[in-house]
Amino acid sequence: MRAAALGWFVLRRLLHAVPLLFCVVVLNYALIASTPGDPVTVLVGDFPAPAEYKTQVRHDYGLDQPIPVQVARYVTRVLHGDLGYSFANRQPVLSLIAGRLAATLELTATALGFSSLLGIALGVLSARRPDGVLDRAVRGLATAGYALPEFWVGQMLILVFAIWLGWLPSQGAHAIRGVAPGWAGIADGVRHLILPALALSLRYLALIARITRGAMLEVLGADFILAARARGASERAVLIGHALRNAAAPVITVIGFNLGFILAGSALIETVFGWPGIGRLLFDSIGSRDYPTMMGILLVVSATVVAANLATDILHRMLDPRVG
Amino acid sequence: MSPVLDIRGLRVALRDGTRLVDDVSLHVDAGEIVGLVGESGSGKSMTAYAALGLFPTPHARIAGGEIRLDGTDLASLTPAAWRAVRGARIGMVFQDPSSFLDPLLPVGRQIAEAFYAHGQGREAPARVSALLEQVELPASAAARYPHELSGGQKQRVLIAAALAMRPALLIADEPTTALDVSVQAGILDLLKRLRADLGLAVLLITHDLGVIAQTCSRVYVMYAGQIVESAPTAALFRAPRHPYTLGLLASLLSPAVRQEALFSIPGTVPPARAMPDGCRFHPRCPLSLPDPCAARPPPLRAHGPGEDRCWRADEAATAWA
Repeated sequence: MRAAALGWFVLRRLLHAVPLLFCVVVLNYALIASTPGDPVTVLVGDFPAPAEYKTQVRHDYGLDQPIPVQVARYVTRVLHGDLGYSFANRQPVLSLIAGRLAATLELTATALGFSSLLGIALGVLSARRPDGVLDRAVRGLATAGYALPEFWVGQMLILVFAIWLGWLPSQGAHAIRGVAPGWAGIADGVRHLILPALALSLRYLALIARITRGAMLEVLGADFILAARARGASERAVLIGHALRNAAAPVITVIGFNLGFILAGSALIETVFGWPGIGRLLFDSIGSRDYPTMMGILLVVSATVVAANLATDILHRMLDPRVG
Repeated sequence: MSPVLDIRGLRVALRDGTRLVDDVSLHVDAGEIVGLVGESGSGKSMTAYAALGLFPTPHARIAGGEIRLDGTDLASLTPAAWRAVRGARIGMVFQDPSSFLDPLLPVGRQIAEAFYAHGQGREAPARVSALLEQVELPASAAARYPHELSGGQKQRVLIAAALAMRPALLIADEPTTALDVSVQAGILDLLKRLRADLGLAVLLITHDLGVIAQTCSRVYVMYAGQIVESAPTAALFRAPRHPYTLGLLASLLSPAVRQEALFSIPGTVPPARAMPDGCRFHPRCPLSLPDPCAARPPPLRAHGPGEDRCWRADEAATAWA
């Protein structure tokens, strides 16, 4: 019964996502097309090219058409799985993004997983004894973590752990010599992952710890917590079995909501750490006015955010029998 | 026979020293329903929570006295040993079944919680159906969530959860207050039947003398953190000896019968931080005298099968008669 209702809900939400993504594509295109600057300059270079040549290039790429026509053409191509051609990289955008997406997912999933697990744990422990030593430490850490800009944290981590201490590499996703086979390669990947993932996590770790702490404190004052204790439930059963379950809704919302920001934040972190992901690709494509690449990445990020919101809603419905 | 619950000289205080419960002694025997009656703020719920070693506010603590359960003083136990008592030897039923059930868990899980808490999780599934049957709910109710049940059904679930480990003592804190009048009688009948079937000792906390009259064999009346009168229920209703009890009983009578001047209680319970000198009830008492009532606190004195804490108990008893 509930499973069937959940199935319909997911289907309905997926259908809602279609017009949403369509609007995102149109808006992205319109915004970028209305910015000053001529992509043809990038393509033909800065030297004074003959006007006929520029007109020819514009015509080849359909840039001489009115913007609504350009948008319609772009949407049609996207629907056929064609995200366009990157002028700057001389490569189809789809294969360009596909080659970089795995690195970004590795970085963002690690950061999100790490900040969620540790943030929830710290929030729960912090709420256990409000104003205790641990609670004060977590609150201090949370304020600092939220206030510090992530690119600065990234640079400081490089300075301390890569340059001064020399413990961890500072650039790239694996050693420059190439990927070693087997466990050595995996260990090398992990060593490269630690600093950028840490820099990217800190802000969300702080946020999730704070939200968890607040939600837990509220739930721990509820009558049903007293009732569970009156049944002899252990502190652990009370905290995890009752309190965290009831406190989960706002925490899940915050995690889902921030997935988009983590992806956006990874643009800066990937740039600082030379991480070969779509974040750095986006940064580079903005610099080189590589519009098809920019739009392709924005589309992928939008789709991810829509998917994260959907996952958040599904989790809410699975956790709370009163919803839906 | 020694009592199941024997509270002696219990004091509950806030961290700043404010006394919420002051020198309360009471006992409950096996197979007996004992009432603890008083207005809100009288300390009756705090007395009950003290027996569990749990308080709804983190600032309250037990400041003295003994809480003997089958002869063992709970107040001297370590926190872990006291947890082993909760839900196992003492079950508790609460006022508002809607807020005392976890909204995200099926009620069967909450009934089974005591089994898991006390290391008998393997028996839980089989015992939950039997417990539901005992409180007159279908076994299928175990899979329901609290929001799918009525108030009366939820209270039955809480009773089943409290009885899971076959405790010797059941504490019921205003178990019918949040329920519709039509449902209240069913819950009280259930408590009476469980007392008879299981030989339970029940401490029933209420502000409602009508509930006491229907269920209890003995009554303690609390006012401002103290026991002011105790007696077998019939004796208390027939011949009350404390002016506060008189006032409570008079409030049950119709206005035509009530002698307003004597039996209504003006004002409210004094706050725990500002207890009046002398008898704590004297500012509201129609019989109070400057001396001794306002000057010296009255002791709790035995009278027949009961006790009263009033300098003018004889005058009060005469006035009621």
